Amino acid sequence: MSAAAPRTDIRLEAPPPERQASLGAKLRREWRLASWPVRLSTLCLAVFYILALGSPVIAPYNPTRQYRSLPDCPPMALHLAAPSEWRRGFFYAYPMRMTDAVRRTYAEERGVRTWVHLFSRGHIFTTAPGAPPYFLLGSDALGRDLFSRIVYGSRVSMFIGILGVAITFSLGITIGALSGYVGGLLDNLIMRWSEIEMSLPSFYFLLALAAIIPSGMSTVKTFFMIVAIMSFIGWAGFARVIRGMTASVRSVPYVEAARALGASRWRILRRHVIPSVMGYAIVAATLSIPGFILGESALSLLGLGIQEPAASWGNLLAQAEDVHALAHYPWILLPGVFIFLAVMSFNFLGDHLRDRLDPSHLR
Amino acid sequence: MSPVSAYSPAAMPATGAPLVRAENLGKEFEAGASGLLSRHRLTVKAVSAVSLDIHSGETLGLVGESGSGKSTLGRLLLKLIEPTSGRVIFDGRDLAALSRKELRALRRQMQLVFQDPYASLNPRMRVRSIVGEGIEIHRLARGAEKERRIAELLELVGLDAGAMNRYPHEFSGGQRQRIGIARALAVNPRFLVLDEPVSALDVSIQAQIINLLQDLQERLRLTYLFIAHDLRVVEHISQRVAIMYLGKIVELASRDEIYSNPRHPYTRALLSAIPSVNPQARAERIKLPGEVPSPVDPPKGCAFHPRCPYAKDICRKVEPALETGHGGHAVACHVFPPD
Repeated sequence: MSAAAPRTDIRLEAPPPERQASLGAKLRREWRLASWPVRLSTLCLAVFYILALGSPVIAPYNPTRQYRSLPDCPPMALHLAAPSEWRRGFFYAYPMRMTDAVRRTYAEERGVRTWVHLFSRGHIFTTAPGAPPYFLLGSDALGRDLFSRIVYGSRVSMFIGILGVAITFSLGITIGALSGYVGGLLDNLIMRWSEIEMSLPSFYFLLALAAIIPSGMSTVKTFFMIVAIMSFIGWAGFARVIRGMTASVRSVPYVEAARALGASRWRILRRHVIPSVMGYAIVAATLSIPGFILGESALSLLGLGIQEPAASWGNLLAQAEDVHALAHYPWILLPGVFIFLAVMSFNFLGDHLRDRLDPSHLR
Repeated sequence: MSPVSAYSPAAMPATGAPLVRAENLGKEFEAGASGLLSRHRLTVKAVSAVSLDIHSGETLGLVGESGSGKSTLGRLLLKLIEPTSGRVIFDGRDLAALSRKELRALRRQMQLVFQDPYASLNPRMRVRSIVGEGIEIHRLARGAEKERRIAELLELVGLDAGAMNRYPHEFSGGQRQRIGIARALAVNPRFLVLDEPVSALDVSIQAQIINLLQDLQERLRLTYLFIAHDLRVVEHISQRVAIMYLGKIVELASRDEIYSNPRHPYTRALLSAIPSVNPQARAERIKLPGEVPSPVDPPKGCAFHPRCPYAKDICRKVEPALETGHGGHAVACHVFPPD
């Protein structure tokens, strides 16, 4: 083999300026790349999280306040006031009056107006304290404002997913990566344990565990118990996938190079293994959030989750169990629409992330 | 090189003692159970009873077909895999006797360059982090000093310092191999196992990398184990060459001896497979019948006998030992013993 002629590929041209696009530019780029269902989903979730974070401001009424004269009141129409009346308020509604106490039918009282004030008394919109209430989405059987309850209920549904995934995620990644990287006896023990857990029928297991929760517990405690139970059930499947990916990364030459350099196991896990499984993990996490939302809804629907009078989308939907109620007061199904939208949004977003984080799409 | 004293190669050992010594080194892999519930396990003898010395400053070429156990041997010498028998002495220290911490510290002195320039660099890390990893692990430098050191290393292997901010996928195969070499050199090793470092590269680039490796060896007084699957590649760089067949060394001699006076029929066959530059001077090609036998069930006697054109009765029954003859030329063959 003779000495080769000098090649041009050794010397590199001057390095391009650092391609550190600003966060705003990156987000704009992502937005351009997203399809319209993904954009809608993002908006939807943004709105839901705003509802959850800003509940006291967004909800017009206290979610437990019962307007005893207005049970199962239908959603009310909002009217725009004439310009001459704008000093009193921009919007008004006609109060409802019950016409049949048995069938709970209502009629608008055309002669009276209840003014809907914007940005007053710490709420985005509300009515004066003494005035008849304005029910945007109707009221429930106890005369509580459904919209306010949905807004407060979003706190449970929107954060149970995040918190649950955070727990499952950290448990699953740590245990899975450890199991896959260390291998041997530890791997065997962890995997057999996860198999035992996965072989339990998860919903019955969830019910059994939820039944242990003392009924007198505060809503916050119940919330955390539910998250803990669902994470306890959910980590196994996740850990197994991470374990498989880790075991395959372990034999990759660049990991061997790190070992040859004297890197500790912990360092290899942190620097090489976990980053390479992160893409999958993020997608799996996003796609598992709906499971938590639905799980909580199911428990609350059965009365094992968040207890009345506290609101969650699940226990609000529980009122729609009754066919009679559903037939006559269809607006009580609205919390279900919120659950549906949240679940679909997370699924669309997870799907999109999977495409974006697919290694074959990496620049 | 860097002025940091930690980088200057440690005091050379007394000449005479080899830098790396393998004694009866063997590695068996489990090849899985033969049946699902069978307790009978199959084992593959990837490397069996290999003894060799690598002297400070030399390049030992290690040649064999795929499956001959040459890469396994290289990793055994670095203790990246545990031997099932035998031991490795590095610079007078038995690797098996070291604690995990001592071994990690010793890893600084022995490094590995990989065959596959794609899989051997983490695609998620910038060149800066890839080359800097060893420096971080052994706390050799920090901050600006580390940056300077990485730039130096990149220039040492013929890359621009600007390569630091880039990702591996932005480089060609040859450039990636240079990055891999820079990573290995970052901890200032004395011994490098080069595991087919040019096999995956274009022929024109192979020469560049080999020249680079030779240049580095001179400048940094490195010791190489150069693994290759044909004799042509190691010819220019090796002082001695070892030929492996089915986990055993069948011939080990100085380069000139191997190329001018090959003894083992397998070595002869390998040599005859090198295409000659001069079409008139072309020697007759020795064709080996059949395939390399399965290492799960190696042939009795000399492992090479089923393919050997000179095989005699004794070859089928008795395994030949590697015997050293005149001038250190060692051969394991009944038919062509060392001079």
